[in-house]
Amino acid sequence: MTTTNPTADTAVRSARGTGLGHPARSRAVRDQLARVVMWAAFILAVIPLVWILYTVISKGFSLLLESQWWTNSQRGITSRRVGGGAVHAIQGTLIQAFACAVIAVPIAVMTAIYLVEYGRGKFARWVSFMVDILTGIPSIVAALFIYALWVTTFGLQRVGFSVVLALVLLMIPTVVRSTEEMLKLVPNELREASYALGVPKWKTIVKVVLPTAFSGIVTGILLGLARVMGETAPLLILGPYTKSIATDLFGGLMPTLPTMINQDRNELAQAAAAERVWAAALTLILLVLFLNLAGRLVARFGSVKK
Amino acid sequence: MSSITGVSVADETPSGGRAPLSGDRAGTGRLGDRLFGGAATGAGVTVIALVTLIGLFLLWQAIPALAKNEASFLTSREWVVAGDNPRFGILELLWTTVLSSVIAMAIAVPVGVCVALFITQYAPRWLSRPAANLVDLLAAVPSIIYGLWGLNTFLPVEKPLEAFIQQWLGWFPPFSSTTISGGTIFFIGIVLAIMVLPIVTALSREVFDQTPVTHKEGALALGATKWEMIRTAVLPFGRPGVISAAMLALGRALGETIAVTFIVSTLARGTDWTWSVFNGGETFASRIANNAAEFDTPQKAGAFIAAGLVLFILTFIVNAIARIVIERRKAFSE
Repeated sequence: MTTTNPTADTAVRSARGTGLGHPARSRAVRDQLARVVMWAAFILAVIPLVWILYTVISKGFSLLLESQWWTNSQRGITSRRVGGGAVHAIQGTLIQAFACAVIAVPIAVMTAIYLVEYGRGKFARWVSFMVDILTGIPSIVAALFIYALWVTTFGLQRVGFSVVLALVLLMIPTVVRSTEEMLKLVPNELREASYALGVPKWKTIVKVVLPTAFSGIVTGILLGLARVMGETAPLLILGPYTKSIATDLFGGLMPTLPTMINQDRNELAQAAAAERVWAAALTLILLVLFLNLAGRLVARFGSVKK
Repeated sequence: MSSITGVSVADETPSGGRAPLSGDRAGTGRLGDRLFGGAATGAGVTVIALVTLIGLFLLWQAIPALAKNEASFLTSREWVVAGDNPRFGILELLWTTVLSSVIAMAIAVPVGVCVALFITQYAPRWLSRPAANLVDLLAAVPSIIYGLWGLNTFLPVEKPLEAFIQQWLGWFPPFSSTTISGGTIFFIGIVLAIMVLPIVTALSREVFDQTPVTHKEGALALGATKWEMIRTAVLPFGRPGVISAAMLALGRALGETIAVTFIVSTLARGTDWTWSVFNGGETFASRIANNAAEFDTPQKAGAFIAAGLVLFILTFIVNAIARIVIERRKAFSE
């Protein structure tokens, strides 16, 4: 007989497959196929990253090489004109991020300390749950809340500080989670040794637990900062843009990099404006990536010693 | 180290630190202890208060506007918030928001899980850490940059794909062709998928990594191929983690603001309803952001705050589900 019965053939092959020999052909094919799919998925995921970085760098780097980008503001420069710098926006972004960290970090670190060192039972579970909810709150909702509080209820103006408050809401959960995790990594033996020497609990936390976890906490703060610096939604609602240098958190408009990008996005047909938009985008990416890398380096070189 | 996606990795580690000393065994009841403990508890109370206040404030500000609203808030497609007879409803916003997020999930979850499997199971040793970092970098790119890139660089490249789908599957209502030349709901879905991919990957990676070696080796010892081992050991073990990762990503996609605001083509008032994913439209977040300049009277602001409240409730539910799934899993693995 020259033609074999296909079903019998498959049966024989799969029977062979269940033995100690090689897996049946279809299983091997499927295995290889899965491998190819996984590699393809990874490459697919990297494409946008490379593409975005390439686009922003190639379109934006030329302005960054000019010294006035780092020294001038956009004062008096219309969208058609070339020139001006981003120093006003960079300053605004940094000031707001710094103010945000000053408010958010103490609250976040204390919350993490509560969750790890003190919190027990139902209340701690609620706090933890609320931190998760806060993590998931869209930035626009945080901005609306601050608007409802700051502008509608208190009748105050939209100023830099109201943006800072919205950013605080977004930064707290990020820092709580990373700090919490770092505190959990601190070996209990350290705490016990400290207690055994008669050191009170609060001093143990301040002098033993926090220093041990310090670099991890710093990493969390840097990553949190990187997140809030790129936020735009609160700025749209609470922090209108201006082209001049403004460093007062409590009075007047305050320019930032995201609003600078937003400002000219409808003028992209103008070559001068387009170049500025991409340069501002590149500046923002560099700032955020720098914070990310710094955070990662701190994590790598100063992680909790076991 | 925590993931930069803001996902609570801490909850993912079943063996997360032992219970530290508490009560009589540790606190000495001294003034310093009481102050410090009080401050820590106070911070916890602050967090709870913040979330509660957000909900209450939005509700409080939304109610007057809702009371004046002459259209049905949930089922109307109109959006006229000024004047004595405001008529506004969220139907269209809800449709666009949910549809674009669902498209994003349909792309991001399978790809994200595959990337996580690649990093934990397939990548050569030297590649797995850099690969994980690369994917995390995607989360570090500010969303305004996604908007800029999506609108100017990605959209022209993606348009032929839309034309292709419309040409071949146009008979199917969700794919029927439209006249939108800018960003469509479908396109937003793709951009959102790229943005939330790192969230799905980060958390899935975390759970896949925790698959007990005994499960994996058991499968291999029974003659399973690598893929069969993954299907029978890794995926079932990681399923709750993947579900909660998807939920967290969904929460992020629902609330994404600036990228969507940049990209989406807003529809003219009174445009006919269509089921097509190639239609334009506005999400909750982009409607609010686009009209930020209009917040000059409490009534107008109230209408937008009402939309924000719905968004808040949506993300609250989605995040709560994610949390519950994680909790259940913890209960099992302990």
